[in-house]
Amino acid sequence: MTPETARLRSKTWICAAVVVLANVFGNFFLKRGMPAELPSPLAYITVLFRPWVALGVTLLVLWLLSRMTLLSWADLSYVLPVTSVGYVLVALVGRWLLDERITGQRWAGILLIVAGVALVGGGSAPRTWRGKPGAPS
Amino acid sequence: MKWLLIAIIVASTSVGEVLQAIGMRRHGEIRDFRPGALGRAAGALARNSIVIASVVAMAVSFFAYLGLLSFTDLSFAVPVTAVTYVVETVLAKYVLKEHVNWLRWAGAAIVLTGVALVSL
Repeated sequence: MTPETARLRSKTWICAAVVVLANVFGNFFLKRGMPAELPSPLAYITVLFRPWVALGVTLLVLWLLSRMTLLSWADLSYVLPVTSVGYVLVALVGRWLLDERITGQRWAGILLIVAGVALVGGGSAPRTWRGKPGAPS
Repeated sequence: MKWLLIAIIVASTSVGEVLQAIGMRRHGEIRDFRPGALGRAAGALARNSIVIASVVAMAVSFFAYLGLLSFTDLSFAVPVTAVTYVVETVLAKYVLKEHVNWLRWAGAAIVLTGVALVSL
């Protein structure tokens, strides 16, 4: 592994971790502060000023920015599977922190997601594309 | 209402993310993480019309997601929106011209099966 690929790999993993954690906890705080219904268009705006919802939105903004940063060098078809581990973490957060009831079928689905992510993550390069558009590798 | 919101979320997220990937590539790899350089990158991105369009699509997706989340479990709302996964992998291949090998296709298919089980 050359220093350049080592640099790219560690940068990619750190950035991916920020992307996943910001997404999972952003969603958690959003649900934590969300009322049972949003009856009017105005309610969609005012709900943003609830403290937990505001914290969730802040984390989701961090998610968006860190994800854009990651996408500046990594393939979308690499980023999607790697960050999909967040779906598993969200289910665990729902179960443990929000007391949501998760059936055996849902847990089976979660295991399949883990298997799919492991399959895609193994060995494939983080990007197939280099430099400016129009100059593919 | 539930499935309409999900359809809006899936469509706007997929379009938004592909636009985001195109816009970030046009910008080029972010290598310098010092605050000043990040600020300059943000300034350049705020004038990048493809990035702006992606943010608009993401905003539509976000408000539809807020509506969905208000009356469903978190452990339903998040996995069900992962239908975007397959749409985006297909778009990555045919719009972004990325190389998607058979392992990525198989992984995406298995993830999708899992997502279906989680959300049904």
